[in-house]
Amino acid sequence: MSPILIAEQVLNGLQFGVMLFLMAAGLTLIFGVMGLINLAHGSLYMVGAFAAAAVAGLTGSFLLALIAALAAAAIAGALVEIVVIRRLYARDHLDQVLATFALILIFSEGTRWIFGSFPLFLDIPGWLSGPVTLPGGIAYPLYRLVLIGAGLAVAAGLGLLISRTRIGIQIRAGENDREMIAALGVDISKLYTIVFALGAALAGLAGALVGAIQSVQVAMGEPVLILAFVVIVIGGIGSIRGALVGALLVGLTDTLGGIFLPELFKLFLDPATATAVGASLASMAIYILMGAVLIWRPTGLFGAPA
Amino acid sequence: MSRETILNALLVAGLVALPLGAHLAGEPFTVTLATRAVILALAAVGLNIALGLGGLVSLGHAAFFGVGGYAMGILASHAQSYVPLMEAPFLIEGTKSMPVIWLVAVVASALAALLIGMLSLRTSGVYFIMITLAFGQMLYYFAIGWAPYGGEDGLPIYVRNGFPGLNTLVPIQFYALCLVVLLLALALHAVIARSPFGLALDAARQVPERVRAVGLNPTRLKLAAFTLSGAITGLSGALFADLNRFVSPTMLSWQMSGEIMVLVILGGTGRLFGPVVGAAVFVALDHHLGGLTEFWQVWLGVILLAVVLFARGGLIGLIAGERRTDA
Amino acid sequence: MPEPILSARGITKSFGALKASDDITLDLRAGEIHAVIGPNGAGKSTLIAQLCGGLAPDAGTVQFLGHDVTREGTAARARRGLARTFQISALAMEHSVIQNATLGCVGATGTPWRIVSRALRRGPLRDRAEQALARVGLQDHAATRVADLSHGQRRQLEVAVALTLQPKAFVMDEPMAGLGAEGSAQMTRLLHDLRHEAPILLVEHDMDAVFALADRISVLVYGQVIATGTVDEIRAHPEVRAAYLGDET
Repeated sequence: MSPILIAEQVLNGLQFGVMLFLMAAGLTLIFGVMGLINLAHGSLYMVGAFAAAAVAGLTGSFLLALIAALAAAAIAGALVEIVVIRRLYARDHLDQVLATFALILIFSEGTRWIFGSFPLFLDIPGWLSGPVTLPGGIAYPLYRLVLIGAGLAVAAGLGLLISRTRIGIQIRAGENDREMIAALGVDISKLYTIVFALGAALAGLAGALVGAIQSVQVAMGEPVLILAFVVIVIGGIGSIRGALVGALLVGLTDTLGGIFLPELFKLFLDPATATAVGASLASMAIYILMGAVLIWRPTGLFGAPA
Repeated sequence: MSRETILNALLVAGLVALPLGAHLAGEPFTVTLATRAVILALAAVGLNIALGLGGLVSLGHAAFFGVGGYAMGILASHAQSYVPLMEAPFLIEGTKSMPVIWLVAVVASALAALLIGMLSLRTSGVYFIMITLAFGQMLYYFAIGWAPYGGEDGLPIYVRNGFPGLNTLVPIQFYALCLVVLLLALALHAVIARSPFGLALDAARQVPERVRAVGLNPTRLKLAAFTLSGAITGLSGALFADLNRFVSPTMLSWQMSGEIMVLVILGGTGRLFGPVVGAAVFVALDHHLGGLTEFWQVWLGVILLAVVLFARGGLIGLIAGERRTDA
Repeated sequence: MPEPILSARGITKSFGALKASDDITLDLRAGEIHAVIGPNGAGKSTLIAQLCGGLAPDAGTVQFLGHDVTREGTAARARRGLARTFQISALAMEHSVIQNATLGCVGATGTPWRIVSRALRRGPLRDRAEQALARVGLQDHAATRVADLSHGQRRQLEVAVALTLQPKAFVMDEPMAGLGAEGSAQMTRLLHDLRHEAPILLVEHDMDAVFALADRISVLVYGQVIATGTVDEIRAHPEVRAAYLGDET
C-alpha cells in the first residue's frame, strides 16, 4: 500500500471527522447548557442541506446556498426551541427522547411531502472543484480540503466565541449554575434560544457542505446523528474540545478501518474471507472504540467524572 | 376493582374477541394486522420491564428484536436449504420448529442484552441512551455487511415455521399462538412487579443510594432486568420474522428502537397494559392514516408530541388515572 | 475497654487542595451514642461517606466488627450490619411506606432475586417491616405513599428502614434536620432507646438533641477532630468553645 493512498485516506478521515464535529459541537453544547438530549439534531442537518440545494437550484450561487443553509437551520432551530423544546428542559430524558423523536417524524415526512422522495443534488461550484496537488505529489480534491479548513476554522471560531465573548461567558455560566446567571439578569430563555439556534446553524452548515459530496435526501441526518452521539460519548458530554478530539478519532477510525482492516486480514486469511471479515469489523470499529473508551473512562475523554 | 384493572380486562376481551370476529367474518387480513399488533406489543412488554420498572431508557432494543429475528432467519434458512449450520466439532442443523427457534432466540438475545447491558450500565442518564443507540447501530451495520445471510437485502423464508399441534399457516391459529405468548409475558411482568425483585428494581430506579444502603447492588438488579427485557424483545423478533417470513437489517434499525419505545410511552410507561394499548393504537393508525395519506407519520409525530407534552402517563394514564402503588 | 464496633483510624481524604478529612481517628463502642458535631464545611459528610462506603479514603483504615472494610462498598458494609440514614431523605417516593420498609428487609435477608413470590405477602419479611414501622410510630401509615408523608414522618421512615436491617451499628446523618421542637423531641426519645440495640454514630446540628443524647462527642473542625469527650468535657473544652461554640452561641 502506497504512502500516497495512506495520506489520502488520512485526509478523508479528517474531512469526515471535521464534519462530524460540526454536528457533535451543537449537540454537546445544547446538552451542556440546557441538559437536553436532542434526537432531532439530524433533522436540522437535513434542513440545511435541503435549503442549500433549493437555493443553489434557484440562484446557482454556492455561497448564497450556504448562507441559506445557515439561516434556514438557525430559524428552524429557534422556532422548534420556542414551540416545543423549551417545554422539555424540566422534563426527564425519556420525555426529551420521545418528543424529539416525534420531531424527526414531522421533519422527515414533512420534507418528503414538500420535496418528494427523490434525492436532490447540490453541485460543487467550479472554483472549488477539481484536484490540487499537495506536497509529496498527492492529488486531492480541492473541495474536501476546503471542508477540512472550514471545519477547523469553525472549531477555532467556536473556541473563541466560548472563551472570549460575552455570550460565551454566559454559556459557560449556564453550564455551571442556572440560578446564578438568571440572578445576574441574563435573560435565560433568550440565551437558550440562541444556543439552540447556534447548534442548529452548525448542523445546517454541515448538512449543506456534505450535501455537495453526497446526495441531499430525507433522513440523511440520522446516520450522522448517531455517529455524533458516538463522538460525544467518546469525547465527554458538554465538552467542545472533547467533541473535536472524539470527532477526529471517529472520522479517522471509520475511514482508515474500512481501508486497512480488509488488508490486514488478507495477511492471514484468503482474500474473499478477509474482505468480508474486514468489512464487517470495519463497520463496527467505531463502536468497538466507543466500548473501549467506556471501559477506560465511563464519562468520556474530557467529561467530568460522575 | 380499580379502573385500570377493568380496562385491562376489557383489553384482554378485545384481544380475544376482535380477531375471532374478523376470522368468522372471513377477514384474514384483519387477523394478520392484529397479529402484528400483538407481536409489537410483546416487543414493547420487553422494553417496559427495563424502562418502566428499571428506568432504563434503552434506545437500542431493536438490537434484541433483530437478534431474535435473525435467530429465526438463520435456523429456518438452513433448514430449507438442508445445509447444516456447522458440522465440526459437532453437527448443528437448521430447524423449522418454533419452540426450538424461540429458545435460541431468547438465549441469543439475552446474551446480547447481557453484554450490551454490562457495558452500557457503567454509565447512566443521557450517556446510557446514546450508548444503547450506538450498540444497536453496530449490530445494524454488522447485519448489513453479513453477506451469507442476505446482507442489506435480508433473508426470506418461504414457509412459516411450525408449532406442534397447530397449523401456523392459518392466520387465526398463528394469532392465537402469539396472543398466548403475549399474555404469558404480561403475566410475567405482573408477577415480577410485585415480587421482591421488582420492588428492589423499582427502588433502584428511584433511589439507587438507598438500595445500596440496604445491602443490594442496583447495577446488578438493572442488568438482570435489562437481560430479561432483551430476551422478551428477542422472542418477539422471532415471531415478527415468522409473521413476515422475512428478516432484514430494518429490524435492527434505530427507527425500530424508537418505535418500540413509542409503543411503551404512547400506552403509558410502566403500566402493565401500556404496550398493548400503544401497539394497538400504533398499528391502527398505521393502517388507517396510512390508507389516507402517504405521509401519515407526520400526524403520528404530532400525536406523539401531544402525548409527551400534555398526556403524561400515556393513554392508560388518560383513561385510568395515575399509577397506583402496591400496598 | 471493649473492642469498638466501628472505628476510623487516621483517615485522610483530599479534594484538590482541600483536606476534607485530616487524619481522623474516632470509634463507636457498644451501647453508646457518639455524636459528631462541627460547623458547616467541617467535613462531616465526607466522614460519613468514608465510614459507610461511598468514598474511599486516601489514607487510613475503617474497621467494622473487627474487619478492615476500607475497600468495601456501601452495599457490602450494609450486609455486614452497618445501617445508615440520609440527611436528605433517600426514600422511594412513588412507593408506600411498607414498600420502603420491605426493601430494607429484602436487602437484609439477601432475597432480591425472588421473582415469583409477592414482596408484601404476609410472612417473616412483612412482619419484620411492620415491627420496624411500629418502633418509629408509622404503623398506621403503612399504605401511605411516601410522597404524601410529612417531612417528620419521612425522617421517621428513614430510621425505620435502617431498623429493618437489624444492624450492628447505625450511622445517622442529621436525623433531626428540619424537624420542629415536637418532632425533635420524639426523635430524641426514639434514638435514646435505640442505642441498646446497636450503637449510634450521630452527626447532628441540633445541639439540644446532641447534649441530651450523646455519651461522647467528637468535634470536627476543618477536617480534624479537635476534641473527643463526654458532654461536660466538651462543654468545658477551651479549644471547642473558641473554634465552634463561640460561633454558634
